[in-house]
Amino acid sequence: MTALADGLLLLVLVTDLYILASSRLAACVRATAVQGVLLAALPLVLWGPGGGVPLVHLLLMSAGALAVKAGVIPALLLRAAREANARREVEPYVSLHLSVLLGAALVGLSLWLARVLVPPGDVAATLLVPAAFATALLGFLMLVARKYAVTQVVGYLMLDNGVFIFGQSLAGALPVMVELGILLDLLVAVFVMGIAIHHISREFDHIDTRALASLRD
Amino acid sequence: MNGILPVAAHVALLVLLPPLLPGIIGKTKALVAGRRGPPLLQAYRDIGKLLRKGAVYGRPTTWVFRAGPLVALAATFVAGLIVPLAAGSGPLDFAGDVVAFAALLGLGRFFTMAAALDTASSFEGMGASREAAFGAFVEPGLFLALTIVCIPAGSATFARAWAALPWTVWSPTWPVVLIAAVVLGIMLLAENSRIPVDDPATHLELTMIHEVMVLDHSGPDLAFITYGAALKLLVVAALLVHLVVPVPAEGGWAGVLWFLAGTAAVAVVIGVVESTNARLRLQRVPGFLIGAAALAAVGVAVLVARGQP
Amino acid sequence: MHLVALVAIPALFGLLTLRWRAVPVQLGALLGGAALHLGLTAAAWVWRPAPLGDSLALDDVGMLFLSITSVLFAASAVYAVEYLTAPTHDEPAKLHRFVPYLLLFLSAMTLVTATHHFAVLWVAIEATTLASAPLVYFYRRGPALEAAWKYLMICSVGIALALLGTFFLAAAATAAAPGAPSLTLRGLTAAAPAMPRAWLRAAFVLALVGYGTKMGLAPMHTWLPDTHSQAPSPVSALLSGALLNCAFLGVLRFFQVCLASGDAAFARTLLTLLGFVSIAVATAFLFGQRDYKRLFAYSSVENMGILAVGVGLGGAATYGAMLHAVNHSFAKAGLFLLAGNVLRRYGTTDARAVKGAAAQLPLSGPLLFALFLAISGMPPFGPFMSELTIFQAALAGPSWWLGVAFIALLVVAALGLAGVLLPMLQGGAPAGSVPARERALAVAPPFVLAAVVLLLGVYVPGALADFLARVARLVGGAS
Repeated sequence: MTALADGLLLLVLVTDLYILASSRLAACVRATAVQGVLLAALPLVLWGPGGGVPLVHLLLMSAGALAVKAGVIPALLLRAAREANARREVEPYVSLHLSVLLGAALVGLSLWLARVLVPPGDVAATLLVPAAFATALLGFLMLVARKYAVTQVVGYLMLDNGVFIFGQSLAGALPVMVELGILLDLLVAVFVMGIAIHHISREFDHIDTRALASLRD
Repeated sequence: MNGILPVAAHVALLVLLPPLLPGIIGKTKALVAGRRGPPLLQAYRDIGKLLRKGAVYGRPTTWVFRAGPLVALAATFVAGLIVPLAAGSGPLDFAGDVVAFAALLGLGRFFTMAAALDTASSFEGMGASREAAFGAFVEPGLFLALTIVCIPAGSATFARAWAALPWTVWSPTWPVVLIAAVVLGIMLLAENSRIPVDDPATHLELTMIHEVMVLDHSGPDLAFITYGAALKLLVVAALLVHLVVPVPAEGGWAGVLWFLAGTAAVAVVIGVVESTNARLRLQRVPGFLIGAAALAAVGVAVLVARGQP
Repeated sequence: MHLVALVAIPALFGLLTLRWRAVPVQLGALLGGAALHLGLTAAAWVWRPAPLGDSLALDDVGMLFLSITSVLFAASAVYAVEYLTAPTHDEPAKLHRFVPYLLLFLSAMTLVTATHHFAVLWVAIEATTLASAPLVYFYRRGPALEAAWKYLMICSVGIALALLGTFFLAAAATAAAPGAPSLTLRGLTAAAPAMPRAWLRAAFVLALVGYGTKMGLAPMHTWLPDTHSQAPSPVSALLSGALLNCAFLGVLRFFQVCLASGDAAFARTLLTLLGFVSIAVATAFLFGQRDYKRLFAYSSVENMGILAVGVGLGGAATYGAMLHAVNHSFAKAGLFLLAGNVLRRYGTTDARAVKGAAAQLPLSGPLLFALFLAISGMPPFGPFMSELTIFQAALAGPSWWLGVAFIALLVVAALGLAGVLLPMLQGGAPAGSVPARERALAVAPPFVLAAVVLLLGVYVPGALADFLARVARLVGGAS
């Protein structure tokens, strides 16, 4: 199971790098959907039947993550991008090449961090904590580097996915309702962001957030 | 490698196999496109025809132009002697031969570029500069992918590296090996000027990279270049084949069969990739290669982090 | 049940008003919801509600912030009724874009104060962001959209970090006591002494940065001036007066776990540091501020810094911080409501375009002056007492120079405020202009708030002082 979990998490890292390298909005959002599928499989692979966590709990989490992260949220974002008529991102603040290289460096940093901050429990052996930190850091990079609103939301989703991965090491700590509540919160957050993007594209005719820089001292 | 038979088998493969690969690739592309395509052994006939012709040398060229194809072929051949083909090691087997392998490929590339520049023609010069630029991105990717392969063995020797690779899906390092295979595949396409990095079938000089460097060569020189390109394809593909196909270390008939099957499979995959993709815009190629190199770097980081307690 | 009603009633009313858009329904739900909430909160003072399972519980700390929120909401609701239905408003106000979200906002804030479960706390704080974002974008203009977007993104990112901090805390709890860790305050404080230091500290840092973003601590405060200045005035009053406190409550809960673990010194240092940075940065931006609503927003950053410093210093300073929470909330809410009156009279938020407000607005003007004195820390108003308490505690502590720095910054900040606000108030009315006839509903709420601030400056009732002392003890104060 460890190898399978590691493989899943490595694929998550690959999708992270792919998102960083991609300037097409649809490709970024679809890669987020792929990440959602991988993350939905993670609880089942990590804690599996007989791993000490009730199977119903795991199934609910997986189903919830699948529906929200791989279904509804990418659909919302794709619709927002389509309505705003935005296909390709303009040259981001941090160029795509540099983003990918920085991303690889941040993955290395996360691997080092995970060795320094060894989590309690028996999940220290897998790639769980490094992948969590890496996805969160790469999400940050996306948030900072990109100009389009939709890709900034993709960065936020990656950040949240990183936190989700870390939360998987604690499966069983949170009651199912609370975990579903967290997912629901994420869903509503992206829904509200989608509405905001809709308003931005109606107000400015594009979703380049450089237009949102008029308020200053 | 011990014994004359394995060495002979290796050399035989190295000498006889290369022109078959472009044949397989061409046949695959034709079949995917719904045509019958050229015969599988066409490349042999082409090389033979070129060898029988005479060479024409331009007036500005010097000895570099004549030496280029020869040195490139020789370097690639020696690299082929280092890299294991049908067994766990090649006839030339020494400590650090992975680095020597990469250095020999680099030497070949350098002389090809030098010969191109020697013609004093702008087309070849353009090709040489593109080759140099893209080479700068291919080298790190290739090195990082080879590093992934060498880490489990802890040694930069092909024999040890291949011996230490895990073969079951359940071993903990298989995802990283998969990454190494993907990155090697991308570098294979880049080194051998295949789509999506370069289009071997284009006839527009401004869009060529490798083809345009060898525009002025003719006769036996062109034969050496054509054969040398196929040889480089075989040699780099051998790396990939050993990652995905379990070639037994002792070799023997099983080894040869596995190797042939693997190489044929790689050639078919290249053909399919060439048929289904378009060439990337030149500005996008560095990004593509950097992405592959970053992926390999992540694989190296994961292996290193996991390896240390 | 009591607690469920506190959270559910505003939420229900909010959902109702999403469905039925008729103006009477909207106004009725707003005022009715505010009144019911205020009544339930008052009842909670007399009969403290029992906890409900793991999720809902109301301790003294929660009670303090709940009460502030409830009173401020009632004041803002009354003011909003007048503000949005008055004929001089520059845009036909669509109440159904305002009331539902305001009620849902109240419900979320109530949940923040009424829970001891760290994950429910997180959900509630994120819910406050989501409920208030449409309110910020109420005036459908470019700058408002910009403010709403920055608010949404920056606060959501901060809150995601706080979630990671919550998970870190759970991981630390797992190490302390094997088996499923409890994420309730009681469970975590019980497990705290055995938690691995590194994880507890990392969790606190993440929570401080995450919830601190929402609270407006520098350097994560960049969204605050934009948001609080672009939102309609009653919303700004709630954002500055109630929401920042709720975010502070999130930080305090993590701080309580640190206290229980015995490793509070690290947390105190961070709190004090970020507090001072906030005060300093905010003070710098107070000078030459063109927009008076932005001025008030930066003042909120400064006061949040004061709260952080108070809690960080500990001892009597924590009592001062709790008192200051009350003082600042009431004063700042009053200031924002008055800003709404000024905006309606002058039509601009540019401070240099406003002259002679004391004469032109015969009721709001003097109130504005009074609250300006209050927020600058002048006696006899409340903030003077609370800031003095913190200052004295800092002087008496090991690093007396912190107290000196504290008072110096506050004096400079007062000068900055005066530099912008006094020219607005002074000056005679231009010839031929008539002082505005101010409507009662627009002046009564700020008047009540100002009166409370004055009262607290003159005399803190014994019961209230005891209550605040109890609250301070819960968050690490000693007296």
